[in-house]
Amino acid sequence: MAHEPWRRALMIQRVAMVVLFLATFLVVLPAVIVIGLIFVRGAGAISWTFLTSMPTEGMRAGGIFPAIIGTLELVGLTSLCALPMGVAAAIYLTEYAADNQLTRLVRLAIVNLSGVPSVVYGLFGLGLFVIFCRFGTSLVAGSLTLAIMILPVIITASEEALRSVPKSFREVSLSLGASRWQTVRHAVLPFAVPGIMTGTILGISRAAGETAPILFTVAAFYLPRLPRSLFDQAMALPYHLYVISTQIPNIPVRQRYGTALVLLLLVLSLNLVAVILRARFRRKRQW
Amino acid sequence: MPWQRWKERCIESAITVCGISSILLVALIFLFLLKEGLVLFRTVSLGDFLGGRHWYPISEPAQFGILPLILGSCWVTAGAVMLSVPIGIASALFVSEVATGWPKDVLKTGIELLAAIPSVVLGFVGLAVLAPFLKYTFHLSTGLTALTGSITLALMAIPTIVSITEDALTAVPRGYREAALALGATRWQFMWRVLLPAASSGILAATMLGIGRVIGETMAVMMVTGNAAVMPHTLLQPVRTMTATIAAEMGETVRGSEHYVALFAIGIVLFIISFMINMLADLFLHRERT
Repeated sequence: MAHEPWRRALMIQRVAMVVLFLATFLVVLPAVIVIGLIFVRGAGAISWTFLTSMPTEGMRAGGIFPAIIGTLELVGLTSLCALPMGVAAAIYLTEYAADNQLTRLVRLAIVNLSGVPSVVYGLFGLGLFVIFCRFGTSLVAGSLTLAIMILPVIITASEEALRSVPKSFREVSLSLGASRWQTVRHAVLPFAVPGIMTGTILGISRAAGETAPILFTVAAFYLPRLPRSLFDQAMALPYHLYVISTQIPNIPVRQRYGTALVLLLLVLSLNLVAVILRARFRRKRQW
Repeated sequence: MPWQRWKERCIESAITVCGISSILLVALIFLFLLKEGLVLFRTVSLGDFLGGRHWYPISEPAQFGILPLILGSCWVTAGAVMLSVPIGIASALFVSEVATGWPKDVLKTGIELLAAIPSVVLGFVGLAVLAPFLKYTFHLSTGLTALTGSITLALMAIPTIVSITEDALTAVPRGYREAALALGATRWQFMWRVLLPAASSGILAATMLGIGRVIGETMAVMMVTGNAAVMPHTLLQPVRTMTATIAAEMGETVRGSEHYVALFAIGIVLFIISFMINMLADLFLHRERT
């Protein structure tokens, strides 16, 4: 009889574990379904012509070449703007900032920046870059907008990477007479590079998949040529997928799934690189 | 040597500027939203804007009541939160407390994969698969409803909720577990009565950030909720959210027109909402640390 409550508790535990497992299953299953579906239905659409030719017949046929190139250019420009700024901000926060009100304010600002809805970034980009700076709807305006959006991701990741470099590295360097900047440059930064890269790649993969910030700042509905300059409009994969799946009737389904697959492959492979980098870095770390 | 010192001073001031640029950027975003959006309130009162039941931006005379849009956002968010918070917390518990070895790695990878899928791709699958399924299941005239949006958005909120909840669970001191188990608690009793209460403020923060994620989401929600700017009454009818309204209509407006200005005013509302949510979440996170 004395065992009764204990047995009951074990019963409840068993039920609870099943529930927890089912919940986890419910999270992983949709991921597998979504990715599996797009791979299965999109694989048939992928061909050399699909990847390297211009869209034709009002995007109902032909390829997605300009959208792929547009997204790659956007992503490149975005990281060119966001990486130096994000790393510099992280260096400031870990190596220079005093523990005061200003630093606390900077941290709050970063938290807020990462929570601003993507479409609000779009509005901001429209107001500042497109209209106020007179860049027009252009690659510059779009990538600057995306850069600001992924800045918090890069700052947070770089900060973590810089903090994981042991304090003794800095102490040794300073004790040998190196200046503060020399210490950061030669004794801290090199060891934080893998972590910074991981964070940057994750930020870039987010930029590659985002649509709302580029809606009013760069994206062209239909532009069957490559952008001619930085101040030209461009097509982009996520916006192209949105357009062909909601705005234009009678598009062959495989055209849609093919576009979704290319976008997904791009984003997932960026993530894969980040994961591999992180794993290798952890294994190699000696301190 | 002076050249060296001069160079370093330049670099260090550049670093400082970048460091505090986040504050500047937040201020700049708010400023530009205000600059473009506040003009609306010369012609429309704040009460009519927030409380008006009709969003007819291009009829004559135009009406700019965003109550249906606010409610649309609320319905979709409420649905998504009810789905994603329990599931998210449960899977965080499972991944961090129950699973070990390779199943744990597989599950974590699965959740990371879900986080990596771009919103437009989720919206596309919601449109192609989920909407017809719901239409068939509930015998609806259209599958593009608030519920479709809630389910799609729950999938986007779950990875956020799981990862922050997991952090909160790992931050609970080891001694709590050892004490509870030593007193004869089962693992589940420990999780339910010790671990969850101890991590509650972190879990609250996770919930807030999940809500923030959902309320600001644009593309997926625009693709699957049907975009009807009417007062919603159930989860099974088409709705239109604030974010979707901006994204769908901005392209058709004339710069500086009343409609254009009104969309920026919606942006102000969204910015303020996300600002408050993030502040709250940050507050909860800091309470836990101290």
